[in-house]
Amino acid sequence: MGTLVVDAVISGILTGGVYALMAAGLTLIFGVMDIINVAQGIFVVLGAYLSYTLSVHLGVDLFLGLVVTVPAMFVVGVFIQWAFIRRLGERERTAMSILATYAVAIIIEGVLGLVFGVDYVQLNAWYVNRSIHLFNFYLPYIYVFGFVLAVCLLAALYVMLYRTRFGRSVRASLQDRSAARLVGIDVDRVAAVTFGIGVAVTAAGGMVFGATNSFNPNTGYDLISRLLTIVILGGLGSIGGALGAAVLMLVIEDVVAVVWSPIWAPFVFFAMLVVVLSVRPSGLFGQVAGRAQ
Amino acid sequence: MLAALAIFPLVFTNPTVTTIAVFTLLFMASATAWNGFAGYSGYIALGHAAFFGTGAYVLAIVAQRLDVPGGSLMFALVPLAGLGAAVVAVPFGLIALRTRRHTFVVITIAVFFIFQLLAFNLSITQGSSGIQVASPNWAASTYNNPYYYVALGIVVFATVISWGLRRSVLGLQLLAIRDDEDRARGLGVPVGRAKLIAFVISAVPVGMCGAVYAYFLGQIFPQFAFNPLFDLSVALMSLFGGIGTLAGPLVGALLLESLQQYFTIQFSNGDLYLVIYGALFLAVLLWLPRGVLPTLGDLIRRLPKSGATGNSANAAVTTLSGNPEDGDPQAGPLAVAGGGVVGSRREY
Repeated sequence: MGTLVVDAVISGILTGGVYALMAAGLTLIFGVMDIINVAQGIFVVLGAYLSYTLSVHLGVDLFLGLVVTVPAMFVVGVFIQWAFIRRLGERERTAMSILATYAVAIIIEGVLGLVFGVDYVQLNAWYVNRSIHLFNFYLPYIYVFGFVLAVCLLAALYVMLYRTRFGRSVRASLQDRSAARLVGIDVDRVAAVTFGIGVAVTAAGGMVFGATNSFNPNTGYDLISRLLTIVILGGLGSIGGALGAAVLMLVIEDVVAVVWSPIWAPFVFFAMLVVVLSVRPSGLFGQVAGRAQ
Repeated sequence: MLAALAIFPLVFTNPTVTTIAVFTLLFMASATAWNGFAGYSGYIALGHAAFFGTGAYVLAIVAQRLDVPGGSLMFALVPLAGLGAAVVAVPFGLIALRTRRHTFVVITIAVFFIFQLLAFNLSITQGSSGIQVASPNWAASTYNNPYYYVALGIVVFATVISWGLRRSVLGLQLLAIRDDEDRARGLGVPVGRAKLIAFVISAVPVGMCGAVYAYFLGQIFPQFAFNPLFDLSVALMSLFGGIGTLAGPLVGALLLESLQQYFTIQFSNGDLYLVIYGALFLAVLLWLPRGVLPTLGDLIRRLPKSGATGNSANAAVTTLSGNPEDGDPQAGPLAVAGGGVVGSRREY
């Protein structure tokens, strides 16, 4: 039992890193634009299907394929922001954005269903099937590689946000949109690029997700409810909070699956959100969630 | 409009058409009930499918335990299902309504998924194998009619609630909350109580719809009773028709649900339908954020009092009074939309 729990904690941390990456994109988009991108779940699935197509039809390695899929998802994100999100009115913007991105999500779900059908698929490569023997545990390589990838991309995101000029304008827009506009930041361009980046990370997240889980076009619902739980728990708009909440939640879920039952693990996941929010409506990690709209 | 709906199954006896009509009525009632809370208070709740599913399971489980035979007696359980949904709505509302705006939306989604997981995993719901509900042995030709009239009854019930709410102190309080919750609280509106009462009231017709749905289909499964698309549908229908208006959700559901059922039967392709549905949803959000009826109402009011306007107003009045000679199927939706415009003009 003891080793099983330790095993669960380790795999929870490793998958938590990947969820952290996907959640960071979601919370970044909210922070800059006050938009909750409910389509983030289906973007992950779309990213997984892109990797699937590349690897099955062209024989491209999953990690190598990211060179294509990440920019592709970036373009998808910028397009959706340009075509739909930009046009939403200011009134009830966040609630409207939930409905609009939900609509985008079901369109993508429908297209994926038309193209790929409802059969479950899973990404495959040598590192998916083989396990690494670490201390007493067997871990598939993909968990380790995926975690490393997520950490690298999160570090890149961090550098971009805190060490570049563009990152400074993103953070300025995060703090106060109108003040940022006043000091000469092109907030609309920042919003478009941020949306693109927030969506682009799902290409990487989707690849790792697709290699560790089987998925079909309906998988997006499960993913988005988890991602939303994570970003709300972490405090919307707080990237650090999203990282902490992602790892915490995935560890809890994996441990519950071992000590209680895998059936009730997702239940605990959502129950955590309800319990935490009834005590602290602003989320687990301190920062006040939303600012006044 | 009510009269037109009342004679509908006598005019159209084709079972396919009446099946579509039953589903359409259920969604008209659900959207109206949803709008009674979300439209008036401005709290976009995406968890009402939890009440729909609760109602469905209350009917199925009680019928199974008491061995209720298929027949009209089963409909006696429908109010019980509404009550069950209300009971469930109290803790749901107490938790969710502590939060606001986007956090509220997300927490309603999360609570909804908790319900779906419970339905999958509790022994009382028999998990993914679902529950059978005894079917009545009514004549095939008029089999749908009892369902139709019970559903119509729920539509009337939901509309009366929505209308009464709008005219009551509670309705005014909800509108004040929608406009500025903090100021409303400062002016002495008991915001917490008002929101909770409206939330619970809105759950009742939705639960009743779930019960009729379960009985109509004859068996229920967790993924259909607790369906995330349901939440989206009622929101879209209300937005499409005109959120916060009395007639908006009725018209929105009438047009969209009948269209959806038609698509399902015509193309039997769920994916294509998803694409069309999503595109329509986006179009409404971007170009008609206030809904079809208020926008139409504005257009008509802006026109000078010309002959054309007079005609359409007359037509609308005729339909409102329910001239039964309007049996022409082509005139159906148009006439209804006209009737709605008059209704929405009264609202604004």
